[in-house]
Amino acid sequence: MRALKTIALLALPVVLLFGCQSTPEQPAAGKAPELAKPKTEAPATAKPDTGAGAGAATAIDASKGAKADAGATDKSAAPGALKNTIYFDFDRFDIKPEFREAVLAHAAFLTKNPNATVKIEGHCDERGTREYNIALGDRRATAVRQLLKLQGVADKQIATISFGEERPVALGHDEDSWWQNRRAVFAYR
Amino acid sequence: MTTALFYRFAVMVLMLMGLPAAQAALTIEITEGVEGALPIAIVPFASEGADALVGGDLTTVVAADLQRSGRFKVLPQTDLVARPTEPSKVNFQDWRLLGQDNLLIGSVKATPQGYEVRFFLFDVLKAQQIKAFSLPAQAATLRVTAHKISDMVYEALIGEPGAFSTRVAYVTKPQKGGASVHTLWIADADGYSARDVLNSPTEIMSPAWSPDGAKLAYARFENDHFVLYVQDVATGTREIVANALGHNGAPAWSPDGSKLALAMQHKRHPGDPGNFDIYILDLRSKALTRFTEHWAVETHPAWSPDGNYLVFTSDRSGRPQIYRKALTGGKEERLTFEGAENDRASFSPNGKMLAMIHANSGEYRVAVFDLETGQLRVLTDSSLDESPSFAPNGSMIIYATTFKNAKILAAVSVDGRVKQRLSQEGRVLDPAWSPLLRTSQ
Repeated sequence: MRALKTIALLALPVVLLFGCQSTPEQPAAGKAPELAKPKTEAPATAKPDTGAGAGAATAIDASKGAKADAGATDKSAAPGALKNTIYFDFDRFDIKPEFREAVLAHAAFLTKNPNATVKIEGHCDERGTREYNIALGDRRATAVRQLLKLQGVADKQIATISFGEERPVALGHDEDSWWQNRRAVFAYR
Repeated sequence: MTTALFYRFAVMVLMLMGLPAAQAALTIEITEGVEGALPIAIVPFASEGADALVGGDLTTVVAADLQRSGRFKVLPQTDLVARPTEPSKVNFQDWRLLGQDNLLIGSVKATPQGYEVRFFLFDVLKAQQIKAFSLPAQAATLRVTAHKISDMVYEALIGEPGAFSTRVAYVTKPQKGGASVHTLWIADADGYSARDVLNSPTEIMSPAWSPDGAKLAYARFENDHFVLYVQDVATGTREIVANALGHNGAPAWSPDGSKLALAMQHKRHPGDPGNFDIYILDLRSKALTRFTEHWAVETHPAWSPDGNYLVFTSDRSGRPQIYRKALTGGKEERLTFEGAENDRASFSPNGKMLAMIHANSGEYRVAVFDLETGQLRVLTDSSLDESPSFAPNGSMIIYATTFKNAKILAAVSVDGRVKQRLSQEGRVLDPAWSPLLRTSQ
């Protein structure tokens, strides 16, 4: 059993690499089609987690006066191999197949460490109203929560928070920036 | 008898000497004017026994107000052929030759209490005086007096109340390199005298004026969610009125000021996904009533001016669209069927139209929706518009938009013909136009 788990953990980075390659998107019926932009950068490798870290750091600066744990991301608490950010299609909150493994890796960590807690942040790109995007960000965070719970993570280990479009990591007004903002972030205390 | 119409694009930066301009004033550019605007000549008011600049300062504000409304074309001062300051000195032929329909003259006289301002408004073509008025003024509130005069001139010539004595609330977000603070501002409708009513390390969203103009409701991010505040504009005192475990936002006041409709995400416990629905909060009894109960996201409620129903946004059809439901309950009727999304509806003061954000092929634009005919008309050609808010006289809509990589405020007339950019440093969001203020400040 233990050997199997060790192999699984060692295989994780490989799995993540394969999981992050771009796959052609099939927009579901009734949804606005995504711009056909191959995401050749796998965020966990070519794009370092400073993307998520920057987002979390902004959250800390902007939350001065709020409770200390609101945006705190102690990344040393989470295994370095875990990818902390997953991305979503426009106006969607379903977890895409290529990011499923990333979420499962966090689930594995959390089930193994029942005292560990994670805060899932849901974010959106700037399109649409601020209020509606709070709801969309919340749905993204909740989708991650559901998948974690399916893997056996306890409810009390998971907190969700929606920032809507309020805390973008990329400030441009086109898809080059927008896709980076449509994200859920795993923030460990 | 013809009046030559001088068609001018007025690209104007309001820099007024001698009048108090508080920090962070908005500057206003008129980007498109309308043909058919009424030509009016405004002669700088005389300053009698007063600071020699005060008369001219007053008329500069009035001229800017009228020009900014898009309904008037104000003759540049350099084109004034005469400068009468009392009725007996007016020669109507002068003004007919210049193609002016109307003429405004006046004087400011120093008194022991401050000033006495008199003005006279003429119909040039009929060679008749339309209006004469006298009002007291103070040096510190000269702009307020100027806006009152603009309101009176506007109403006398257009037949509708002016909106020059109104205010705009808006939010700014931190800019790169600037202070990391979110601010809620109130400024005069011309962008002047802006003052900060709340500075916050975290986000402020969705300010909404109470019908008497005395309070602002808004959402503010605290800890891990938005909570809803009501703040007294004059004193700054504020209280939390909604603090559900999930989201509290999008406040909308009932026409009698006694209730707030809001978007609330009610969670039974932190792990509960909760759902976004419209609730109604009685501000006196604090009673909270659920108004919608649907698995979809409902947000952005707005009260009809007659108080009988709410419109709101729901994405139950897949993308946000506008729905209507009577306060007494019953069917939730979908109103919008055009475009990919429609969101954030707000009523015109007469209750006949909705302003909203309309998205089609990726562009988010201000549109007006006629509630009687169901017709939708897009007013702008920008691409990332947000939060349209009607002027309380129904003539214009102020909104936030993206221009040259900055987030700025802009205004458009209800027929779409007059467009203005109001810009400020920082990222400017969520403008809310005040009601017509009846305070005699």
